[in-house]
Amino acid sequence: MTELLAAKNIVKIFGSLRANDDVSLSLSAGEIHALLGENGAGKSTLVKMIYGALQPNSGHFNWLGKETLIESPSVARSLGIGMVFQHFSLFEALTAAENIALALPGKFDVSTLADRVRKLSADYGLPVDPDATIADLSVGQRQRVEIVRCLLQNPKLLILDEPTSVLTPQEADQLFVTLRRLASEGCAVLYISHRLDEVRRLCDAATVLRMGKVVATCDPKKETPASMARMMVGSDIAEVHAEGVTGKGPVRLILNDLTIKGQQGFDVSLQAINLQVHGGEVVAVAGVAGNGQSEFFDALSGELLAPQSDAVVLDGAAVGREGVTGRRKRGAAFVPEERLGHAAVPAFALSDNAVLTHHAVDEKLAPNGVISKSTARGIAETVIKTFDVRKGKPDPEARSLSGGNLQKFTVGRELGRNPGVLVVNQPTWGVDAGAAATIRQALIDLARSGSAVLVISQDLDEIFEIADRIAVISRGQLSEAAGKKEWTLEKIGLAMAGAHEVHHAA
Amino acid sequence: MPLRLEKRAERSSTMALLSPIIAIGLTLIFGAIVFAMRGVDPLHGLYVYFLEPLTDEWAREKLIVKATPLVMMAAGLSISYQANVWNIGAAGQLYMGALVAGLVPVFLTGWQTPEVMLVMLILGIAGGALWAMIPAILKVKFNANEILTSLMLVYVAELVFDWLVRGPLRDPKGYNFPKTVNFAGWQTLPAWGDVHLGALLALLAALGLGFLMYRMLKGFELRTLGSAPRAGRFAGFSADKAVYFCFGVSGGLAGLAGACDVMGVGRQLQTPYSTPSYGFVAIIVAFLGRLNPVGAILAGLLLALTFLGGEAAQTTLHIPDKIAKVFQGVLLFFVLACDTLVLYRLKWESRK
Amino acid sequence: MEQFYAIAITIIAASTPLLIAALGELVVERSGVLNLGVEGMMIMGAVCGFGAAYVSGNPYVGLLASIFGGIAMSILFGFLTLTLLANQVATGLAITLLGIGLSALIGESFVGQPIQRLPNFHGINILIVFSFVLTALVSWFLFRTRTGLMIRAVGDSHVSAHAMGFPVVGLRYACVAFGGACAGLAGGYLSVADTPQWVENMTAGRGWIALALVVFSTWLPKRLVFGAYLFGTISILSFTVQTMALGIPSQLLSCTPYLVTVAALVVISRNRQLLRANTPACLGQPFLADR
Repeated sequence: MTELLAAKNIVKIFGSLRANDDVSLSLSAGEIHALLGENGAGKSTLVKMIYGALQPNSGHFNWLGKETLIESPSVARSLGIGMVFQHFSLFEALTAAENIALALPGKFDVSTLADRVRKLSADYGLPVDPDATIADLSVGQRQRVEIVRCLLQNPKLLILDEPTSVLTPQEADQLFVTLRRLASEGCAVLYISHRLDEVRRLCDAATVLRMGKVVATCDPKKETPASMARMMVGSDIAEVHAEGVTGKGPVRLILNDLTIKGQQGFDVSLQAINLQVHGGEVVAVAGVAGNGQSEFFDALSGELLAPQSDAVVLDGAAVGREGVTGRRKRGAAFVPEERLGHAAVPAFALSDNAVLTHHAVDEKLAPNGVISKSTARGIAETVIKTFDVRKGKPDPEARSLSGGNLQKFTVGRELGRNPGVLVVNQPTWGVDAGAAATIRQALIDLARSGSAVLVISQDLDEIFEIADRIAVISRGQLSEAAGKKEWTLEKIGLAMAGAHEVHHAA
Repeated sequence: MPLRLEKRAERSSTMALLSPIIAIGLTLIFGAIVFAMRGVDPLHGLYVYFLEPLTDEWAREKLIVKATPLVMMAAGLSISYQANVWNIGAAGQLYMGALVAGLVPVFLTGWQTPEVMLVMLILGIAGGALWAMIPAILKVKFNANEILTSLMLVYVAELVFDWLVRGPLRDPKGYNFPKTVNFAGWQTLPAWGDVHLGALLALLAALGLGFLMYRMLKGFELRTLGSAPRAGRFAGFSADKAVYFCFGVSGGLAGLAGACDVMGVGRQLQTPYSTPSYGFVAIIVAFLGRLNPVGAILAGLLLALTFLGGEAAQTTLHIPDKIAKVFQGVLLFFVLACDTLVLYRLKWESRK
Repeated sequence: MEQFYAIAITIIAASTPLLIAALGELVVERSGVLNLGVEGMMIMGAVCGFGAAYVSGNPYVGLLASIFGGIAMSILFGFLTLTLLANQVATGLAITLLGIGLSALIGESFVGQPIQRLPNFHGINILIVFSFVLTALVSWFLFRTRTGLMIRAVGDSHVSAHAMGFPVVGLRYACVAFGGACAGLAGGYLSVADTPQWVENMTAGRGWIALALVVFSTWLPKRLVFGAYLFGTISILSFTVQTMALGIPSQLLSCTPYLVTVAALVVISRNRQLLRANTPACLGQPFLADR
């Protein structure tokens, strides 16, 4: 096989961080190559350099055996490199065809392009409506637009960054079929993932990065997920202990026909959601991103009010019309998905961020409206100590912390209050394995101490690891919550695709 | 581009203190160049403009008088801007404060007990605050951009003021001059030389708002909503209430500035009325004070100095006093440019 | 009939500078930048235009100078907000404050001086025609060309645009400069074509009204024509009513354009759905590329 792309001793430095340190990699035509590593290992940095969006500080790339400077993404595209981004590079206000036209060189003509898009998407089984505005599309549909956009450029190398994190298992299978077909046509695929099962099924070779360095190369088919995980993390990960529930406690959180119409243009409406969470158990809500999870979270936290007060019941009190402060006073606590800007104020010190959720429930924090700085610092220090939050100085700004450490802080901040009901959205998204294990264990421990824990997550591995019961959300509708044992991967995939949805006859 | 920025991990507190000083230094250099271009010895020019006004007692009093409305308004604007509420109509609110306070002397000239002073000050606050409530309500209820609405209302306030002072409120014995009766007795502010009670009120307002902003939960609420609105909602704070609060406080203080100005300086309403233009200068004061109400005290004095310097430049150096506006504008530019250094490092890089 | 024509001409004359300035700002905002300094760029355009026309004796030279005056101010804005990432709202205000002060200083010797006015044909001058051509051009450019699409893309998501390899900052500089050129030309229209004289503060808030018009048009060039002429008509009518001496205080009638601006903003803004669909998502946000 001919070598298509080679990375030679790539170094990339951001400030004091060596994001890529002497990274070398070789890719052949027709090969599906996995790039493995934890969050922050340097995978995204490397592929951004291959795609020309970043430039290495030293080292170089060979393309078809010749040393090549990939100056910009348009140079990369003209070489035949296509990329499907994790957080898509699509423009929401434009149509699919306009988005695709922007990436293609040559004559600019949106209308003839639409026909080419239809033809190609039919050919590869990737249905795309060229006239649809991106904002109206689901996450899976958006990914198809990105893939079609790459394919129209007849790529020799296709890079995909965590593509299945936004897909149902069935959609992921469909994607693998497409990728295998591309490989058989001679296209190389660089596949970034941390889902080791997938990598074993799909990939011919793997390069493992850890803290910016290549630590191993392997044939995934000859490895086990556990052995690859060890390469990624560098040690065994603490296992999460979750014995089954020993006798359910009383119902602490009830949702009765919770229905909220989408507020603004692109929001998802919540439709007649019913759920009960008992003290002592962890209930997980699975689903593909963008199916109403953030609206669901807001409705639970009180950032979004329900039309009737009995739509949300906390420990027997109807709180649907109460705001987030009222719900916190009743012993509920919430951890949103977005760490910077929602769970925490990036420019505030951790002690100030402690005030953010504690001011309503801790009388010592702001007696007579004057904030007690020492009390705030005390709260922050307790969280930092209990959850081993790593930081550079005593009371740093939230934005200076790594994702995993900030997540430990925002989760720890709520756990410290021993909440009766805890709602967490994506507890370990973008968090390294060590921190993820700590957080998951803490959630289980909280539940076992008698609290009701509701976890919203897109990570099925995580859900099966910590949940006692699982429900699935799709397009704002929630399925029945059934015991973990009653769900298979296939069943959950069907539910994520909307099998339980009720369609009201028009 | 050879110049590029690199984000600091945290804001630099050294730079937060240094950046206004660097900005002032750069403005002085700019001033020296302007003087040189006008054929004036730069050092002499700077001396006449920025130092001479401080050398005599009378000018120092003038400085405080001019700084009074600037500090008062800038303190209110500072907390608003930190909360991401953009009231740029302080000028209009000042008109309304002056106007409403001035109704008392016009219609109740004979009311001469100490209470009338308090009533007039309160009316001034109310006039400014209520006028400011218009953009606030339009923002909350209809999502209308408060920058544009508050500014439009400046023009409206000016025209209404002009109409009333020329018409219904005009002093019938005033030889047809567009002004009201003179205020007297308890309807004016006590003064020490030229400095009137308003200076003390400005100082108290700035210190009070500084305490509110950095020590109280309310200030924490405003800073949170301004810095990360979603986190503010998550904390249980209401952005709508913050809009009302900020417009109420900044409008009220602008109204108070107007009341103090007509009670302590003009002692009548007249048109055209020049103090409201300080409402725009107060924006510069707020930024120079790094949006800290306490910082507005020093910044207000400095901007007041640019006015005095402008007058001195006109009489001594024969340079038009419009130069003051240029210095003020340039100062704001340098302040904004230097603020970059708080969050970023500058790097000069040659292309590979 | 003749009187009617005269009123129509004054309406056109009042609307044209609003339209030109707003077209420029529309392109700026489509690229995701909010330049509140329209008033300042406009007044600088007015003084530069008047000065150049006065010195050269040629009104066309004046218009050219007004364009450069606007561009110079806009580049200053661009340097602060795009290179130094200063707050766009504050910088826009700074541009306005500086423009008003600087123009007063520059224009001091021009007060009361005469210049040759821009020629017109029965009240229609070249800029009036140009404003319509420009509307069509901007509309075509933004919605039919690759570069126009790129500009809208940059305004929609600068992060995605950067990932695609578009020159985000470069495109924004170009848009900001175009906005400055338009604002400057609108100012030049006032001092060279409309009332051929220099008066301090002669823009009298028109720059701000142009900003409001952009919101009112929901960022669509064709609607700007409607908006600008609506405002032009209202301000001229309120002026005409003043001359009729109906006993309404003239100051209150002069309030109408400003009050109508506020009312128009309210009417458009309350329809959040409509605004959301067209508002550039990155409007006013700073962008720093990682590299």
